[in-house]
Amino acid sequence: MSRIAECFRGCRASGRTALIPYITGGDPTPERTVELMHALVAGGADLIEVGVPFSDPMADGPVIQAACSRALAAGTTPQSLFEVVRRFRQDDDRTPVVFMGYANILEAAGYQAFVEQAAAAGVDGLLTVDLPPEEADELSPVAAERGIDLIYLVAPNTSAQRLERVCTAGGGFIYAVALKGVTGAANLDAQQVAAQVTAIRCKAELPVAVGFGVRDAQSAAALAPVADGVIVGSALVRMIGECGDTPDLPARLEDAARALRRAMDEATAGGGT
Amino acid sequence: MAIETAEPGNAPAEGQRVGRFGPYGGRFVSETLIGPLEELEQAYAAARQDPGFQEELDRELRDFVGRPTPLYLAERMTRRLGGARVYLKREDLAHTGAHKVNNTVGQAVLAARMGKTRIIAETGAGQHGVATATVAARMGLECVIYMGADDVERQAANVYRMRLLGAEVRAVEAGTRTLKDAMNEAMRDWVANVDDTFYIIGTVAGPHPYPTLVRDLQRVIGVETRRQVLEVEGRLPDAVVACVGGGSNALGIFHPFIDDADVQLFGVEAGGEGLASGRHAAPLSAGRPGILHGARSYLMESDEGQIIGTHSVSAGLDYPGVGPEHAWLKDSGRAEYRVVTDAEAIAAFHRLSRTEGILPALETSHAIAFAEQLAPELGPDRVIVVNLSGRGDKDIATVAAQEGIEL
Repeated sequence: MSRIAECFRGCRASGRTALIPYITGGDPTPERTVELMHALVAGGADLIEVGVPFSDPMADGPVIQAACSRALAAGTTPQSLFEVVRRFRQDDDRTPVVFMGYANILEAAGYQAFVEQAAAAGVDGLLTVDLPPEEADELSPVAAERGIDLIYLVAPNTSAQRLERVCTAGGGFIYAVALKGVTGAANLDAQQVAAQVTAIRCKAELPVAVGFGVRDAQSAAALAPVADGVIVGSALVRMIGECGDTPDLPARLEDAARALRRAMDEATAGGGT
Repeated sequence: MAIETAEPGNAPAEGQRVGRFGPYGGRFVSETLIGPLEELEQAYAAARQDPGFQEELDRELRDFVGRPTPLYLAERMTRRLGGARVYLKREDLAHTGAHKVNNTVGQAVLAARMGKTRIIAETGAGQHGVATATVAARMGLECVIYMGADDVERQAANVYRMRLLGAEVRAVEAGTRTLKDAMNEAMRDWVANVDDTFYIIGTVAGPHPYPTLVRDLQRVIGVETRRQVLEVEGRLPDAVVACVGGGSNALGIFHPFIDDADVQLFGVEAGGEGLASGRHAAPLSAGRPGILHGARSYLMESDEGQIIGTHSVSAGLDYPGVGPEHAWLKDSGRAEYRVVTDAEAIAAFHRLSRTEGILPALETSHAIAFAEQLAPELGPDRVIVVNLSGRGDKDIATVAAQEGIEL
């Protein structure tokens, strides 16, 4: 069983919703990303999304755009992020790692080469924002061969017909985009998200995690009872940006993860709200 | 006179996927945009079947845009060059001073049919922004234009023009502060406001169906040119020349000639300070295939796939990508792509101004400069058509600055 499947099975068995933090790889530096990943796990993260920085992150809001710029300015490349995951794996062979990024980085590296290096480094899944299933002809077979899950997005405006297709094409988990917009935007309506998750569950065997617009512990708690996982990105990335490359950055990130963890656990303990 | 538009062959060739030009094109977008793009594709397909749409479009092009535009024999230029006869397709005489309006009129009519009330667009030099603001005003639609902060500075007159037309201009500070960043920001706006908003992309780039839609709307340039040149010369031209940034004016004039194997097609990219300097905007000549803004095409990128900064004296060509159909025309050998530097373009700007009494846009000046090289090479009794895609009034501050003059 893949690390991602194992992770969600474990969460389900213990009655908790997976906490899935996103950080941009290489922000503030590739070296520190390893520490930050461990800090997130110590704070209660179940799965980590590492953003592969791109010069033109069209689906991201200003917070993650700024993080991409910082990471690129620090010299981050796919190679340096493979190294980050290799080092992370020396101490953590259990927590799944998903690379989230844009198609041109894979296209430039070559799909096969990228997947092989990612798999060898210990990456478990790829979420490529601008590579919907229809455009993944080249990536799908090489990912399947190396046991890398391709994680696809489902949006609020994904048609019922497409939903089925996306759900069968994907692996790992379904990433439900909770709002129309870029990452880090607006407020969520938990009830609406619950209906969306229910619709996805009808089509998908895979766990469903919700992201885009989870701003704080309160919104994470509101979503925890309705989904298998909650993805928190911009809120953490903003903190990293404000904190900068300082010694207490890992401790602060760990505290932030722990606050999310606690809020989500409290929300699910009572049988949901 | 009837306006000639329609008749584009949109059915994909056998074995070819919809929205693909060989390996190029496609729909590389996040899930939230798939639905709106499918909606646009269906609305456009329906409009193409509706004679009412074509009639409305023809009427707008005739009465509002001022089509057909003339095909003008540049006699003094031809004499000076001592070679092929050079004709200029006068898109600078279209309303708002460039070919861009052909596309914005068509997309705005489509937007209204789809019940959208808000228009957004990206712009580089500001010509597409002005053309969009113009049709939005004409049709009573709310309009927001995204423009790189650097371009806002160097094209101040066009920014003011857009505001006079009632549009809101939003300066984009992200990234390289130019056209590509404006396009990123427009995409982000569209994702968040898809229900009431229509995104008018200004060139033959972006995800399917935009490259096809914009080409079809710009095709009127080539259809008119073909008829006009047959009328005056009794034959097809030997060469058609156009500048290429995103590539809409080039594809518009090329497309009706693609099946005419004897007509050479030349696209001219921005060579900036020269290809060797690295400071240019010539992805077809010096880039490689990649994925940006929803499509696979040639790009200017680093080894790792990061989009790199471009340079051109002309803001409208200062873009790291190019329409996917151009990528295919290049690979298939049907069109050839050449490079003209900033200095060569500016020299051509001055020569055309003084020889023909026409101030060309700096984008267009790249095509003029190449035609000046080509005419003597081809020799007499040959015919060249240059797409005079826009007027140069917007660029006079830039040209003056090159001469150390502050206006």
